[in-house]
Amino acid sequence: MIINHPILGPRDSQEFVYLGDASLMTRPDGMTAGIEEFHDWLYNRDNPAGLHRELWYHEQGDRSWLVVTRNTVTHEITSVELARDVARKMGRSK
Amino acid sequence: MSQSNRIAGGQIDRSQTFRFTFDGVPYQGHPGDTLASALLANGVRLMGRSFKYHRPRGPLSAGSEEPNALVHLRSGARQEPNTRATVAELFDGLTATSQNAWPSVKFDALAINDRFNSFFTAGFYYKTFMWPAAFWEKVYEPIIRRAAGLGSLTRQEDPDEYDKGFLHCDLLVIGAGPAGLSAALTAGRAGARVILADEDFRMGGRLNMETLTIGDAAGADWAAGVVAELASLPNVRLMPRTTIIGAFDHGIYGAVERVSDHLATPAAGKPRQTLWRIYSSRAILAAGAIERPIAFENNDRPGIMMAGSLRAYANRWGVAVGDRVAIFTNNEDGLRTATDLRAKGVDVIAVIDARTDGTLLPGIRHLKGAEVIDSSGRLALKTITIRKADGKTETVRATALGVTGGWNPNVNMTSHHRARPVWDEGLQSFIPGDGGPPGLIVAGAAAGHMSTHGALATGQAQAIAALELLGMKAKADTLPKAEDAPISITPKWYVTGGKGRSWIDPQNDVTVKDVKLAHKENFSSVEHLKRYTTLGMATDQGKTGNVIGLAVMAGLTGQTIPETGTTIYRPPYTPVAMGTLAGRSRGKDFKPFRLTPSHKWAEEQGAVFVEVGMWLRAQWFPRPGETHWRQSVDREVLATRKSVGICDVTTLGKIDIQGTDAGAFLDRVYANTFSTLAVGKCRYGLMLREDGMVFDDGTTARMGEAEYVMTTTTANAVTVFRHLEYCRQVLWPDMDVQLISTTEAWAQFSVAGPNARKLLEKIVDQDISDDAFPYMGAGEITIGGTRGRLFRISFSGELAYEIAVPTRYGDALIRRLMEAGQEFDAIVYGTEALGVMRVEKGHVAGNELNGQSTALNMGLGKMVSKKKDSIGMVLSQREGMVDPNGYRIVGVKPVDPKGQLTAGSHFLEIGAEPVMANDGGWLTSKSTRRIWAAISP
Repeated sequence: MIINHPILGPRDSQEFVYLGDASLMTRPDGMTAGIEEFHDWLYNRDNPAGLHRELWYHEQGDRSWLVVTRNTVTHEITSVELARDVARKMGRSK
Repeated sequence: MSQSNRIAGGQIDRSQTFRFTFDGVPYQGHPGDTLASALLANGVRLMGRSFKYHRPRGPLSAGSEEPNALVHLRSGARQEPNTRATVAELFDGLTATSQNAWPSVKFDALAINDRFNSFFTAGFYYKTFMWPAAFWEKVYEPIIRRAAGLGSLTRQEDPDEYDKGFLHCDLLVIGAGPAGLSAALTAGRAGARVILADEDFRMGGRLNMETLTIGDAAGADWAAGVVAELASLPNVRLMPRTTIIGAFDHGIYGAVERVSDHLATPAAGKPRQTLWRIYSSRAILAAGAIERPIAFENNDRPGIMMAGSLRAYANRWGVAVGDRVAIFTNNEDGLRTATDLRAKGVDVIAVIDARTDGTLLPGIRHLKGAEVIDSSGRLALKTITIRKADGKTETVRATALGVTGGWNPNVNMTSHHRARPVWDEGLQSFIPGDGGPPGLIVAGAAAGHMSTHGALATGQAQAIAALELLGMKAKADTLPKAEDAPISITPKWYVTGGKGRSWIDPQNDVTVKDVKLAHKENFSSVEHLKRYTTLGMATDQGKTGNVIGLAVMAGLTGQTIPETGTTIYRPPYTPVAMGTLAGRSRGKDFKPFRLTPSHKWAEEQGAVFVEVGMWLRAQWFPRPGETHWRQSVDREVLATRKSVGICDVTTLGKIDIQGTDAGAFLDRVYANTFSTLAVGKCRYGLMLREDGMVFDDGTTARMGEAEYVMTTTTANAVTVFRHLEYCRQVLWPDMDVQLISTTEAWAQFSVAGPNARKLLEKIVDQDISDDAFPYMGAGEITIGGTRGRLFRISFSGELAYEIAVPTRYGDALIRRLMEAGQEFDAIVYGTEALGVMRVEKGHVAGNELNGQSTALNMGLGKMVSKKKDSIGMVLSQREGMVDPNGYRIVGVKPVDPKGQLTAGSHFLEIGAEPVMANDGGWLTSKSTRRIWAAISP
């Protein structure tokens, strides 16, 4: 696969490390959320046949974490964003 | 007698003679021959034995679809099993031997299987070797493994090298027949970056095997002219001997280039084969078509082959496979073989034509509405039996029979993204369906355009279309004149009646009977049919036989072929050697390894090295007279405990963490607190995974107000860094914190033992007395003016420091330390002594932190602060993980120190039955004097 890195352009997927569903970005706050909420966040994920937003890390590159939108059936990639930008848009800060 | 079956013509160089042997018998051939064509030229038709019944077999085809003529190519360490003789390019000195036959291919003892064929039908193994279950592994499987299989491995190391490479292009053209050449020429002339790949060593495809003309030239000459023009274009890369093995994602294609397979040994510095990864913007599949047979009784004898291959051997290689040739056809193409062979002076005794319509071939015995129903000849074809239109049968002498049931468009690669081919009633074949690999379009016979004109026209049109999508304009040059004959075919899959076996998939010995049996036992769906009978599961992936099997099943179920459907193809298109996939990643080059800064010095000391993660580390340092590793390791431990020992600990991961939020960041990633750590001090840190299990540990020092230096375990250096980047970028994107991996930037040595300070005081410029540099102190120092770092931390329980200098001074530092340590009898120790001392100290390491341990299990439960949010804090409090009766790590001392225990041993009460309920824990690590174990309280 080829991942179109928002800064570096098209790169072979072999340069990246895959983590998983981008829903992992919605980590609850450990000081307010309990075990149930954390459990649900960490383990319960959808497994869609179709569009899937997922986290990739450009380990053999610039160390950017990316949010890649990939069709799990065709492997078509429709969007690649810097995870930091996505996180900020989600309201994550410090 | 030499080359008795060689006739005039062909694209072989008769001015040169190659000598080669098959099963030890010497033969001669010419440049341009394949092993199969050369053997056939020498009258050799028997080349192997079938998989199950050990039936004598000769080549069925003249290409890579070959199911039968599989041989061992070369000898010794270079011997390669299951090589298709039909594509093995002949070279001087080639040696080949037959396989799956004992004692010889002419007399094969296991041909007895053929007599018992009624037992060996589809599902035989499933039904026969079911009971008793315990017999499977010990009795049945070894017997079956010995009897089955084709070629054998030499078990010697392959002496050749294999490479990998990367290529980029605007347009990849797969196949260099008329369609591929037309496409490549159109795109090449337009200036596009074109790669044209073909599995054959001579480009031209069927044009080399036909007597067709293009324009005023012979087809083969036209092809040679186009190839010459393409070779002159700097934007075109020609890749003969290159098989595109698969269509992968986003326009990436895998290709195997047989760089040196046509040579006895590769030229110096050249690989045997290269695995290319081709990045293409667009691709055109011009893979042509593959002829399929018609099944009839005993249709697998040497001498019976595809009609199109029979004429290929005559036209391209100047070989008459037999002196009395018959043709069995259901389509117009079979007549082309008869015509071509007769023009070459070969005696064509009959054309048995299943069709009742159409014109008769003049001057040849052309039997309409007839079929071949049987054959004879144990090691080679002797007679065929014909059933004529009036029902009467006739047995005639024939030494070769060309069979054609039509041509299947070579849709293989269009299925690589799971697209299913669709049935074309006019062609009586499957053609590419929708949903193929994005960017791949199909031209020529592969798309069902079976005439030469169709190939040229669609090749050109598809090239123009592909380039247009890339914003490039290609010109439609006037096409040369070429034949444009319509298809004339009457479906004929197998000959009915008779009791014998009619082969569909000759490599896996699947017959019409097997398909009938599968149907009877309700394995009627194509996917079941495939697995139950193994139809199409051999190394040729059923390139010739699959469609017949489906058609037979369709007939049995009363469905049409499109209703029956088809299985699909997967990469690789043809078999790929494991060595090619491995490339240079084998032996010590399997993966790169790193050397520590003291490696050269350690080598000088005669150190024994061990692979630790990505590193090569000194394991122990044997001294003269030490014959067992225990002697060296015990000496290293005792000397360290007594005075001072030095160890290279560079491999520990080191991460510089800076920024105004660095302390807060560490509080989030470590279970314990770091923001309160004083500048100039270090602290042991415990890192959890989000599920609450222990991830990693190490010491982290605060070098300044906003500057920390973290150490990780050697094994987790990469994953911890990845995790920290994740936390920094994704979880808390606004934290002011920056990371740099400095693992390779610093050479770091542990200096441990009662005399550690005395030694270091000799070389460190600053005051490092206990007051100035207390326990857990950390700071910048200089060593004779060279900057360095000093940490007062101990992994061994002794007074100990870790001292670091920029990596380029690492070699100098170890020499300096050893020299300064002479007066203290300083020794150097390796990873074994390091392990012994950490067990004795009670430090956990990889054996304990195995991904299944909680902080509580490790006796570190109190380190998990609940006053702050940190990775893993919440889920580490789950019920099962805070169980007070869970496992605990404890130190254990043996009562009898002579007794031996192995790490991994489980503890049981004396006399207790070894069952889970009685498990009292297990031994995780052991040192030479004291052992560590995790046991339940």
